[in-house]
Amino acid sequence: MAMQEVIPQRSSDTGAAVPLLSVSGLTVEFPTRHRLLTAVQDISFSIAPGEVLGVVGESGAGKSQTGAAIIGLIDPPGRIAAGEIRLAGRRIDSLPPQEMRKVRGREIGAIFQDPLTSLNPLYTIGRQLTETIATHLPLNAREARDRAVALLEEVGIQGAARRFDHYPHQFSGGMRQRVVIALALAANPKLIVADEPTTALDVSIQAQIILLLKRLASVHHTAVMLITHDMGVIAETADRVAVMYAGRIVEIGPVAAVIHRPAHPYTMGLMGSIPSITAERERLAQIDGAMPRLDAIPAGCAFHPRCPQAVARCRTERPELATIEATDAACWVAQRTTGGSVDG
Amino acid sequence: MADALLALDDVARTFDVSPLWLDRVLTRQPRALLKAVAGVSFSIAPGETLGLVGESGCGKSTIARVIVGLYAPTRGTVTFAGVDLDARGRPSPEQRAARRQMQMIFQDPYASLNPRWRVEDIVAEPILALAPDIARSELKGRVAALLTQVGLAAADGSRYPHQFSGGQRQRISIARALSSEPRFLVCDEPTSALDVSVQAQVLNLMRDLQRRLRLTYLFISHNLAVVHHIADRVGVMYLGRIVELAPTHALFGAPQHPYTRMLLAAVPDLGLTGVARTAVAGEVPNPLDPPPGCAFHPRCPYANERCRKELPELLPAAGGGTVACHAVAERRIDATPLVARA
Amino acid sequence: MTEPVTAAAATTARETRLAAAWKSDILYSFRRDPVAVVSMIALLICLGAAFFAPWVAPHNPFDLKTLNLQDALTPPAWEQGGRPGFLLGTDDQGRDVLSAIMFGARISLLVGLASVAFAMILGVTLGLVAGYVGGRLDAVIMRIADVQLSFPAILIALLIDGVARALLPRDAQTGVALAVLILAIGLANWVQYARTVRGSTMVEKTKEYVQAARVIGITPLAIMRRHLLPNVLGPVLVLATLNIATAIITEATLSFLGVGVPPTQPSLGTLIRVGNDFLFSGEWWITIFPGAALVIMVLAINLVGDWLRDALNPRLR
Repeated sequence: MAMQEVIPQRSSDTGAAVPLLSVSGLTVEFPTRHRLLTAVQDISFSIAPGEVLGVVGESGAGKSQTGAAIIGLIDPPGRIAAGEIRLAGRRIDSLPPQEMRKVRGREIGAIFQDPLTSLNPLYTIGRQLTETIATHLPLNAREARDRAVALLEEVGIQGAARRFDHYPHQFSGGMRQRVVIALALAANPKLIVADEPTTALDVSIQAQIILLLKRLASVHHTAVMLITHDMGVIAETADRVAVMYAGRIVEIGPVAAVIHRPAHPYTMGLMGSIPSITAERERLAQIDGAMPRLDAIPAGCAFHPRCPQAVARCRTERPELATIEATDAACWVAQRTTGGSVDG
Repeated sequence: MADALLALDDVARTFDVSPLWLDRVLTRQPRALLKAVAGVSFSIAPGETLGLVGESGCGKSTIARVIVGLYAPTRGTVTFAGVDLDARGRPSPEQRAARRQMQMIFQDPYASLNPRWRVEDIVAEPILALAPDIARSELKGRVAALLTQVGLAAADGSRYPHQFSGGQRQRISIARALSSEPRFLVCDEPTSALDVSVQAQVLNLMRDLQRRLRLTYLFISHNLAVVHHIADRVGVMYLGRIVELAPTHALFGAPQHPYTRMLLAAVPDLGLTGVARTAVAGEVPNPLDPPPGCAFHPRCPYANERCRKELPELLPAAGGGTVACHAVAERRIDATPLVARA
Repeated sequence: MTEPVTAAAATTARETRLAAAWKSDILYSFRRDPVAVVSMIALLICLGAAFFAPWVAPHNPFDLKTLNLQDALTPPAWEQGGRPGFLLGTDDQGRDVLSAIMFGARISLLVGLASVAFAMILGVTLGLVAGYVGGRLDAVIMRIADVQLSFPAILIALLIDGVARALLPRDAQTGVALAVLILAIGLANWVQYARTVRGSTMVEKTKEYVQAARVIGITPLAIMRRHLLPNVLGPVLVLATLNIATAIITEATLSFLGVGVPPTQPSLGTLIRVGNDFLFSGEWWITIFPGAALVIMVLAINLVGDWLRDALNPRLR
């Protein structure tokens, strides 16, 4: 039978007093032999407790590296070159590995794209769950097991007590991703970083997982940073969304505003190029060219070579995020049209 | 149809995935037969784009490969421009000529080009297969023309695939497919691995080429929005069979089959911000052990006794399409359109 | 609508091939690795000495007319009793050890390279066919390979050698002895190539560029030759480099045992055997110098092969 889920409407805490996660001036670089690759360049944003922030962008935009920086899992030679990451007021980007490991798992949970490789194929899922629980929470074996079974039930695994002793390969893709979500929630974290959690799943399973994430986030009051290239998933799940391009945030704001009233030319082009199952369009809007390579990011606004509205200032000065009607956008042209002094 | 370019008649393809004979005997396991395609019939008119959608395991990729001859059908016939492409025995000259008018574009832009070959050699290969004695200058000219036709530069021919982005590689694949001047292209998820804006470029390109070169497409995808954009008619597949086949606006506006309706309701769409959605229950069953009767009945809210025993046939339905569903045939489903989308 | 050529295509000017190669990752890692550089130099010296032996060696040790028994058992030039004409001394028949090493290295390298080439061609072909065609042919080839692997290489070489000696008349033996040896060592070693190539072929076969070639209508043979072969050859080259070293050692062992090269074309192994008898009577140079040369050559090949494997490993790049 089809399930009807009722999701309690969640308010967007953009004006929340103390943000749960606060990122300021974050820069992630990869020094290689020939050149310096800048994956993320001076971005700042915050997530309120219980909020779902979508981070959307295409390949090479830097969204996965942002997530990796927050979790503390950037592969060397990559490193955080500048900026601060604060979780509940406490700085986590400069923690020693021991401390970071405690934070990861206890306060931050992670969900990655491929459920197949996220689980160790050699251990039962029950064992992986209880191991995570026992590492972060002061529970004995019995209590840990009970909590694990309860988590499995909560993520929708039928017959949780029995399936506790099953191995990952005995689960289908969608079920595995539910187990991964259970793992992420095991220690009751305040923040979950989900990197493309539904990309590898079928459309109908995607819908189930999205609903699950929303429900869990609401019930446990967990903040979620949802990284994806799929705008539709963001539309369904997120409260606010940040659009990234070439390592920078070009627009950020409430989901409905970014989708329906975008201010930045890239966001506008992006929305226009997404095919829809309702609208009839002869031709999809097309942004010519491609995202610049990480070692050849243009000066000024990174988008200017492809932007139909670029002016002289765009080529020399990098725009900062500024409030344009309903969203914040980093665009000289958009800022000019809403007032403020800009020479064109 | 008399003037159909491609026609499939009750095509089936079964794979024997049984464990090795010795293991089977020792552990007393039965043979495992995977019915990837369990009886599919449709036709495509010249100049048309038929979209084929479905989730993983529904058989759409297998159908594509049966059509281009990578697999032989276990049953049924594939006819192209009136020629029966029976794959048994040596192909006749008519069959070879028919096959040359078909080409295929694959999903993975990184695996569909030989990493050790230069782009010009990749694009030239089909030309050389047809005309091995072609003059070098003429070959170079044709390759250059093809590359510019798909939006690349002629100078890109001397580079290697890894020097190009995903979208550019798909363009190279398209150039290769077009180099033998085919009439029909089978496109297996050609944009699924591409970013949204790159996808838009490639879809626009494919549309332009179709109009200019009068091509016919079979477009396979799991992305309903893309299929809605590019296809004239759409077929929905589930566990090896077509459950609904209708013109695009009819299928998306007034879907008949319960699975189609559920699929459409499950698609995250930008217009749905804030509206509660219906999730599809359950998962696609194991194709090695499909449910009896209608394969969808375990997940279907309208299933009755007949659905559990009897396989439904594709019958004409309102809107100009065909549906394989007992509940629709018996008028047990209220076929009003879904929740109006903002 | 034409898309402008991207930064990738536009910014790269036409560098000359050599300049590009010099700056390439492989040569860069080579220049940075002192072990690789030293062993490559050593290897080149050995190869040069061996190749140019007829012109560079001070004497021709196998020309019976130039041998003088009075020169026999001369110590190396820096020892008491040594002579400058015989830098590393002479053996019991008056042959200059240095020249004998150079000519011997020639034979060793010839046998090593030829047997590896033979093993490679045989192994790669069988591996490609087994991997691409699959099914029963694959099963048969792999079972043969398994049987082959259960015999040690030396044993196989001995067996083939023995069979050849039994079958051929005495006077024909010396002529074909080298060929038989190459055949024997090659047959002992083809399986590793076949296995590697078979695995790679099975992986590449599923990739879409192979399917695209099939759709175009390319024949299986052409697919194997033009599409699959270039893509599966990488690990084979590394294997071959390391295998040359083992082939040379195998040949040296066989010659040491007396069933390798004929005495008229002594390799380093033969020299070691011959000199072994004199080791404890004080004429140590007859066996030590060929032994050292063998060790240096094999070590250099191994180290270069190690570097090559790491350099070609895409995951380490």
